[in-house]
Amino acid sequence: MNLRRRYWRDRVMVGLIILASLVVLTPLLIVLWYVASQGISALNLDFFTKDLGSPTRAQFGQPTGLAQAIAGTFVIDMTALLLAVPVGIGAGMMLAEYKEHPLNPLLRVLNDTMNGMPAILKGLLIFTLVVRPSGTFSGFAGALALGIVMLPIIARATEGALTLVPWSIREAGLALGLPRWRVILAAVLPVARPGLVTGVLIAFARAAGEAAPLLLTSLGNNFLPRNPWNPLEYLTKAADTLPQRLYSLAVSPYKQWHAMGWAAGIILLLLVIVVFLVGRYLTRRNP
Amino acid sequence: MTETAKGPRIRMETRNITVDYGNGRGVRNVTLSFEDRKVNALIGPSGCGKTTFLRALNRMHDLMRGVKVTGEALLDGEDIYAPGVDPVTVRRRIGMVFQKPTPFPTMSIFDNVVSGLKLVGIRDRAQLAQVAERSLRQAALWDEVADRLKSPASRLSGGQQQRLSIARALAVEPDVLLMDEPTSSLDPAATRRIEELVGSLKKDVTIIIVTHNMQQAARISDVTSFFLDGEVIESGPTDQMFTSPTDERTEQYVTGRFG
Amino acid sequence: MRTNTRPGGRIGDKVFLTALTIFGLSVVAIAVLMAYTLGRDSVEPIQRFGFFGFLTGIRWDPVSGNFGAWPFVLGTLITSVAALALSFLPALGLAILSAEYAPKWLATGIDYIVDLLAAIPSVVLGIWGILVLAPTLRDNVYRPIYSWALENAPGQVAWLGNPTGYGLVTATLILALMIVPYTTALARDAIRLVPGEQREAAWGLGATRWEVLRMAVLPYARGGIAAGAVLSFGRALGETMAVAMLIGNSSRLPLTLFGPASSMPSVIVNEFREAVDALHLSSLLAIGFYLFIISLVVNLGAAWIQRRLVPGNAGV
Repeated sequence: MNLRRRYWRDRVMVGLIILASLVVLTPLLIVLWYVASQGISALNLDFFTKDLGSPTRAQFGQPTGLAQAIAGTFVIDMTALLLAVPVGIGAGMMLAEYKEHPLNPLLRVLNDTMNGMPAILKGLLIFTLVVRPSGTFSGFAGALALGIVMLPIIARATEGALTLVPWSIREAGLALGLPRWRVILAAVLPVARPGLVTGVLIAFARAAGEAAPLLLTSLGNNFLPRNPWNPLEYLTKAADTLPQRLYSLAVSPYKQWHAMGWAAGIILLLLVIVVFLVGRYLTRRNP
Repeated sequence: MTETAKGPRIRMETRNITVDYGNGRGVRNVTLSFEDRKVNALIGPSGCGKTTFLRALNRMHDLMRGVKVTGEALLDGEDIYAPGVDPVTVRRRIGMVFQKPTPFPTMSIFDNVVSGLKLVGIRDRAQLAQVAERSLRQAALWDEVADRLKSPASRLSGGQQQRLSIARALAVEPDVLLMDEPTSSLDPAATRRIEELVGSLKKDVTIIIVTHNMQQAARISDVTSFFLDGEVIESGPTDQMFTSPTDERTEQYVTGRFG
Repeated sequence: MRTNTRPGGRIGDKVFLTALTIFGLSVVAIAVLMAYTLGRDSVEPIQRFGFFGFLTGIRWDPVSGNFGAWPFVLGTLITSVAALALSFLPALGLAILSAEYAPKWLATGIDYIVDLLAAIPSVVLGIWGILVLAPTLRDNVYRPIYSWALENAPGQVAWLGNPTGYGLVTATLILALMIVPYTTALARDAIRLVPGEQREAAWGLGATRWEVLRMAVLPYARGGIAAGAVLSFGRALGETMAVAMLIGNSSRLPLTLFGPASSMPSVIVNEFREAVDALHLSSLLAIGFYLFIISLVVNLGAAWIQRRLVPGNAGV
């Protein structure tokens, strides 16, 4: 094969590679553009302060918004975080610092398995374990489901961050006479902290965007609770969240609800982007 | 072809080759000539620039950002750095063997050896088989692998892998073979086999070999060039370089006073 | 490990380890519970229709109490395989661009964008799909083709199906976009890990840039690339929201190109609230159980592939 053909083929391949990349990047930009441009008009004060109610509200131009979904998302996601972070960091520590423990191989395999499981199955699990026996959909069930989504991500990130800490730090702590648990908490953990925080943030962002598990556990609610400032109101009854509500709005036949769906998309995207950037910033400080 | 009236034929020569890394290290104004079918050793302490110079001989520095090469390197009288010269062709005529044996691990022994041939589009099985056998014999590896040419190259020992790398480089019939410390990652037995190999290879190719092991240079080379701090201090027939060098620094190096 | 002499330390160690063990066991418990409860709640339909009978039954009819999951299994398999096929080369192209060709600043930018794509919630892509992609495809692609077929190839109309815009094709397109990052990330990392010496050996033989990639880099990286593809496939199988919003949600066999279909996750989400009858609900849970098994197999497959195909590990 002569040289000119080989060089020509070289150039063709570069062209194809760039083309392939554009095929992926273009739709992404288009999606972002649509969400921003379609949703911005619905982002008014009412959006944040009024609840949804029935479709007639939107159809007749009465004040309506997604306050109940924003509040529900906040309460449920925070609760999920509170549940998942200790367990996740604990499991991650177990994997990283106690490699000799017999539980370790099983834990690793199962954690990785859970990481790869579709989120809807986690919702099904909580539906079966919590919703059915208790007879009611609830925000707490939703928090449990999201917590299970977050858990393997936090555990794996924790293990990764702890493993990166050089062995010399542990040696130094032990040489000072510190017991193992103090070496881990006082010497190793602070060094691994940026990686840990990033892991938690990533887990949070993932779970915050999930709708399927919530459809099966917290179900949804068009109204704000009687006392919108009491978190328990969201946790004990069926509650609304942004991802699940976005889905309902999108599949509904009402144009006004579509507009609010786009706006909910803006909020979710902003949430994800901010978390993403913060995570990047944190890990960039510690190469 | 550069030729003196009755003297040896010069296969490759450099004129004022300078390789600038931008940080002070590199080589400056190296002017050397390499006789056809001789073994030329480049010696010197680590960091002296011998590998840098070697890599300039087949335009390997083209692949690195921020490295500038100036001067001329002539193969059979033609400058490989002249504008319009194709580096891919240069690298076929000037082959290279590296410090670490690098067979392609997903390929069989046979596929490794003929990989260079397939690049230029030679597909005829009979021809490939013929070249493979010839190159493996040249590399003194044929007897050991003839019965398992299709098995993965990764299963060979380090010394065998290096001989495979040599066979692979020889398969495309280069005029010059550059060897960058080819035995430094091998055990003494494997090292000796490759040194013997070099002796027989020079019938077919001109060899330029970088070595950090002076005794190796003394054992296998015909001509030796001594590098220090990016420059060639002295160059000449190996016997003379080791027994009666002209420059004091050469003498200090070859007698082991530094290095 | 040095034992410490202070008794407080030893008790502290015990307490700490116990706490960690409890946390670790929680993870184990959740995983085990998932397998157990999904299995336990699937007992009725599996007993009624058989383990493979339920999986391959082609009729899903809540009214008559007949439940066969094959329409959804087929929908899942078709969309996932097609999405993988569509997305693989572009994803690999992105990985090669980032790892081989792009200067550092561009490579970082590409990596950010790919990570961003992975982070976009499924429902957001879903709403764009419902309100923008599906109508656009319907008006500019499906309907024209369908009309053309009505006039020129009426025999093909049945197979083309009703061009509402919501069906296998639309869902596959969105799915392909969503699973790109998993292949790209793993392929990119694998390519970056290829040792410089391998590339130099190829360069030294007189290879052009693409030939170096083809001969030395991509084969070496094939383990990571394959693992990425399998991971993408696994994600496609379980992807729920965007697919549910775009696939049309019909419980009939997906035998048409443009017509509505369903996938295993999408039918669960869609029929969940209407499943009053106990058998209906446990049939949906049974679909979840099968999804669990399929997902498990695929994930284990990805891990196995990565071990077998990476040079230096068993066998290559």
